[in-house]
Amino acid sequence: MARDDAGALLEPLIPALRRYAYSLVRDHSAADDLVQDTLERALSRWFLRRADGDLRAWLFTILRNLYISAYRRRRRHGTEVAIDDATPIGTPARQEAALEAQDVLSALDHLPEEQKSLLLLVGVEDLSYADAARILDLPMGTVMSRLSRARQRLRSILETGRTTLLRRVK
Amino acid sequence: MTGNDAPVPAVPIGEEELQAFVDDRLAGPRRAAVEAYLADHPEVAGRVALERRQRTTLRGQLESKFAEPVPPRLWIANIQAARRARWLRRGRVAAAALVIFAIGAGSGWFASRLQPQQTAAAPATTAVARSAAAAYRTFVVEVAHPVEVGVAQEAHLVQWLSKRLGRKLAAPDLSPFGYRLMGGRLLPADSVAAAQLMYEDASGKRLTVYVRAADGTETAFRFQQEGDAATFAWIDQGFGFAVTATAGRDELLPIAEAVYRGFGGVEGGVRKG
Repeated sequence: MARDDAGALLEPLIPALRRYAYSLVRDHSAADDLVQDTLERALSRWFLRRADGDLRAWLFTILRNLYISAYRRRRRHGTEVAIDDATPIGTPARQEAALEAQDVLSALDHLPEEQKSLLLLVGVEDLSYADAARILDLPMGTVMSRLSRARQRLRSILETGRTTLLRRVK
Repeated sequence: MTGNDAPVPAVPIGEEELQAFVDDRLAGPRRAAVEAYLADHPEVAGRVALERRQRTTLRGQLESKFAEPVPPRLWIANIQAARRARWLRRGRVAAAALVIFAIGAGSGWFASRLQPQQTAAAPATTAVARSAAAAYRTFVVEVAHPVEVGVAQEAHLVQWLSKRLGRKLAAPDLSPFGYRLMGGRLLPADSVAAAQLMYEDASGKRLTVYVRAADGTETAFRFQQEGDAATFAWIDQGFGFAVTATAGRDELLPIAEAVYRGFGGVEGGVRKG
């Protein structure tokens, strides 16, 4: 009974989770791995979710946290993945190539994860600013200025078509 | 911020409001106020329009991803089924571990008592374990011809067994456990072929690795004791594997794990047999 309930509530949200995951990792199968992990974790903690909380925001939080910890792990240990799967998560795919002005998705790869997630959660997934703040663990007041900065950075990436200046140091 | 000589709007327009405008989240008077402000500030208006366009473009680029049918592995029913199977498997591993640690050698009846009520995969594993143990008993006592093809022809042996089995086979290296490969043979197993690799340690103790095509979903290790012969068996990627020796469970388990890793690691994309 509770299981059916979980299925009915979770299933309509999967396309959005897949979209967000794909935007983060930019690899279809790795994205589905991430979504699968997210759903498994959600099911294993189903009874821990806040009854009044927004299920969608909760799932995005889980997904993002899984993504971040996988990313950190990979950074710490170097590449442990098979060579075929070795598209490094969160790093620019094409550092030298000029970006198509219309390829906003690829331009996102050059943003820090937080800015990227913010643009995706707010701009694509239509989460409220309050939910985005909760997912990204930011004070509500900070979200708007971060959003503004993210869009500013995105503009300059797309304007110059170059990423050299924006390559992250850390 | 810009245009000092521009008319000051009734309520000041801040960056927050511009962002909310980009996101189409303003309604009524606030929206009208921002529109009026932008009409007077072409530079800001240009920037805001660009940000709105980029937002729209991004949404468009991701539309097809959103529209894709959800693959079966992400169906909640399937994830739940896999979770249940994992619990069962974990339960079985835990049960096996209990047996290993709680009981000394020679009381394997407890293990076999524990097994029968388990999943549909269990019978296949049992069949593999039984055939492996039978083959072990038959050939391990063989002094003159313990193997059909000796280790001197390892390359040929491996190639031959692989071909007959329909699976790329590599003899696991068990030298860390003191066992060296003697050779192998081909055996009938129901309607399919089975391969038996035989190993021997310095004291002459023998161990076999048994492989055959087997139906059934993947399983965890299943332990079985028949007389002196102890066997760990499992199903993986359409094949049944068994490691059999006259050894205690805790001695045999790390060897079985090494064999499991050896086959699993070497052979990634095996076709189901």
